[in-house]
Amino acid sequence: MSTLVQGNRTRLLFLLRYLAMIGLALVVFALLLLLFGKDPLRAYIDILSSTLGSSYGITEVVVKMIPLVLCACAVMLPARIGLVNVGGEGQLYMGAWLATWGALTFSQLPQALGIPLVILLGFIGGGLWALIPAILRAKGWLNEVISTLLLNYIAILFVGYFVFGPWRDTASANFPQTPKFVDAMRLPQFGDTRIHLGLFLAIAAVVLIYLVLRYTVWGYDMRAIGGNAEASRRNGLPITKTMLMVMFIGGGLAGLAGVGEVMAIEGRLRPNFSPGYGYIGFLISWLAGHNPVGVVMMSFLMAVLTFGGDTLQITQGMPFATVNIIIALILFYCTGQVLSAESEAVSYGYVLCHRGARRRIAGGHCRTLRRPG
Amino acid sequence: MKCLYGFYRPTSGEILIEGRQVHIATPLDGRQLGIGMVFQNFTLIPAMTVAENVALFLPALGIVLHPKAIQARIREVATRYGLEINPAAHVFDLSMGERQKVEILKILLAGARVLIFDEPTSVLAPHEVDGLFAIFDKLRQDGYAILFITHKLPEVMASAQRITVLRRGRVVGQLMRDEATPQAIVRLMLGAEPPPPVQREGLANEAGAPLFEMNTLSLVDEHTGIGLKEVSLQIFAGEIVGVAGVSGNGQSELADVALGLRRPDGGAFILAGQDASHWSTATILAHGLACIPEDPLRMEAIPGMTVVENMVLGEQLRYTAMGGLTMNWTGARKDAELFLNTTFVTTPPRLDWPVENLSGGNLQRVVIARELSRQPAVLLAYYPARGLDVSNAEAMRQLLLSYRSKGVGILLVSEDMDELFALSDRLVVMYHGRIVGTFRPHETTADEIGHLMTGGSRETTREGAN
Repeated sequence: MSTLVQGNRTRLLFLLRYLAMIGLALVVFALLLLLFGKDPLRAYIDILSSTLGSSYGITEVVVKMIPLVLCACAVMLPARIGLVNVGGEGQLYMGAWLATWGALTFSQLPQALGIPLVILLGFIGGGLWALIPAILRAKGWLNEVISTLLLNYIAILFVGYFVFGPWRDTASANFPQTPKFVDAMRLPQFGDTRIHLGLFLAIAAVVLIYLVLRYTVWGYDMRAIGGNAEASRRNGLPITKTMLMVMFIGGGLAGLAGVGEVMAIEGRLRPNFSPGYGYIGFLISWLAGHNPVGVVMMSFLMAVLTFGGDTLQITQGMPFATVNIIIALILFYCTGQVLSAESEAVSYGYVLCHRGARRRIAGGHCRTLRRPG
Repeated sequence: MKCLYGFYRPTSGEILIEGRQVHIATPLDGRQLGIGMVFQNFTLIPAMTVAENVALFLPALGIVLHPKAIQARIREVATRYGLEINPAAHVFDLSMGERQKVEILKILLAGARVLIFDEPTSVLAPHEVDGLFAIFDKLRQDGYAILFITHKLPEVMASAQRITVLRRGRVVGQLMRDEATPQAIVRLMLGAEPPPPVQREGLANEAGAPLFEMNTLSLVDEHTGIGLKEVSLQIFAGEIVGVAGVSGNGQSELADVALGLRRPDGGAFILAGQDASHWSTATILAHGLACIPEDPLRMEAIPGMTVVENMVLGEQLRYTAMGGLTMNWTGARKDAELFLNTTFVTTPPRLDWPVENLSGGNLQRVVIARELSRQPAVLLAYYPARGLDVSNAEAMRQLLLSYRSKGVGILLVSEDMDELFALSDRLVVMYHGRIVGTFRPHETTADEIGHLMTGGSRETTREGAN
């Protein structure tokens, strides 16, 4: 019982320290702004009022959170067994691509079939794209960190080819984009906001992942493989199957993020439609220690920062890239503090209490699977 | 011991060095006070040379290395204490015994006066153990204090001047060498009369088909160059086959092939009468093979998971409910408790404890209990008594015998000669990936086995039974 209380207290302490680190990042960013003669207080007020200060701002934050949460899930799930999926961006594009193919090919379908069709195709597109590096990895041929990353560029160029070539809308003059999708293929949006059906997909993804990891036998397998791949192999756990499965589902979730952007927000496929959701999702998952609840919280923070960054361009005349500085600072401080928490946990034997924290050190996961097998 | 060296901090009491009370908070403090420790698992860097490893450990290491000077110092100390070793050799080329010498050199050169040895003989061949004791003697004569931790009674009797017996974290007795007898020590260790020696009844049934068979099986290993070379081995129902050999002579490769982790490059592996050379690990386990590995934490346990979660590893499908949507943890706990309780004499570890917090002995018990809970037909037991205290080690041996009489075929890999001789129906010796001798235990001697397992030539030995 005492360890339980201790565990809760440590967890609270951990959360507080996490917040303190984010605070520290914001302070350093403020100093940087001062250095360039900007008013940091004004900048933060602008960010907050533009995002959380109006109902429009809040809905836009939610709109941004949808792809971020899905892309973070695409990283979180493989990370739980020690795989590093840097390919969320590419999987997002391929999901959007296959869904677009479906929408253009079966445009005469009724809405009741069209929406499930594009969602399914989006999932499959992203999933199959993630399956390529998973197979290479399972065969022991190629490390998935490299292959997932490189496949991003291929996916973006692949989509570009179709948008500039066979799928180009002849009606829209010189714009490289597909024709607008028929309404039957569009994900419904709520009221006059831009929040769309993808919200439920994102919520379902997070909840399902949490439940699967905690209660099911597949979650047990994943925890075992992530905890010690060698022991899992020696006990006949289905490592290869789990690897392929997890990457397929992860890629599929990133694909859903692509579907949301294309089928709801944009209404057509354009090149470079994602401002790097896949990469930010990667960052979110690692900052959140591959924890479903943490992913939602971090996605919220990143959504506020990226959307607020747009405002800074207007009010402070700062380039959008300034926001990258805050994001980098947060990443820097949070990973630093997580690492120190880890070493402390080990040296004082409080391993039990810090089990949540330990998962954040995904280095441990990587090591377990990195051995050629 | 780890308190003394500074790995753990004592919660009460004091440590005196030369009559002075000291605080040892870190291993560095311990080292500065002249305490040096040789660990069970060595702490050398294989890719570096002996001299480099020693230099790493020296307290006053300048910015510029003087390899010549360090090598000269190593040679000087080495010849004095019979620790001859080539300082320019790479550690990965050295045998376990040689690595241990490097560990000793390391702490001697660092100026240690109190030397702690944690189970130093567990990795050595019998003749190397004698060499170690000779080194102990020389060091002792030069005024070094040696703290030698071991499970093995003959070693204590052979080397110690004063014997302290620990049981469950308490000193239960101190004996001078002259007044000590093995019986007296065991009595202190057990807290009661020593258990009766192992009794075996009946002989294995070799008339039937073997449960487990390897036929001129070979495995190429590019890293160690050892692998397996034309190993032929049979295990019959109700038989314990002992494997003697210094670790690293093909024993772990044997288990790798048996578990389907590595594919043989020649020959056949037959399990339950069928060619299992290309079966998956899961299939092999389903056909009744179980394995207690040499390094349970690394090879058979998930550190972050609890005892009960580890108990179902590999058997998790047996505890699924609703098609995998949930797991039947109540049932799993019941089974885990049953096996942990019936297989061991002392209180088992708590089911909700993460296994990374368990002692080596308790972890060993968890893994043994799990492997036995599979109700195996063939059990590969690698150093099963390692890390267990005397009474649990004895319980483990009785357990092996009881499974043997139930008709389980057991492969017992061990470096403990007494254990091998007491339990085995048949004894094979492995050296450099080969089986270099097969004996009935009563037809051979520990010396003969020891000779073979360290590469003794075959001409000097006779071929045993079988």
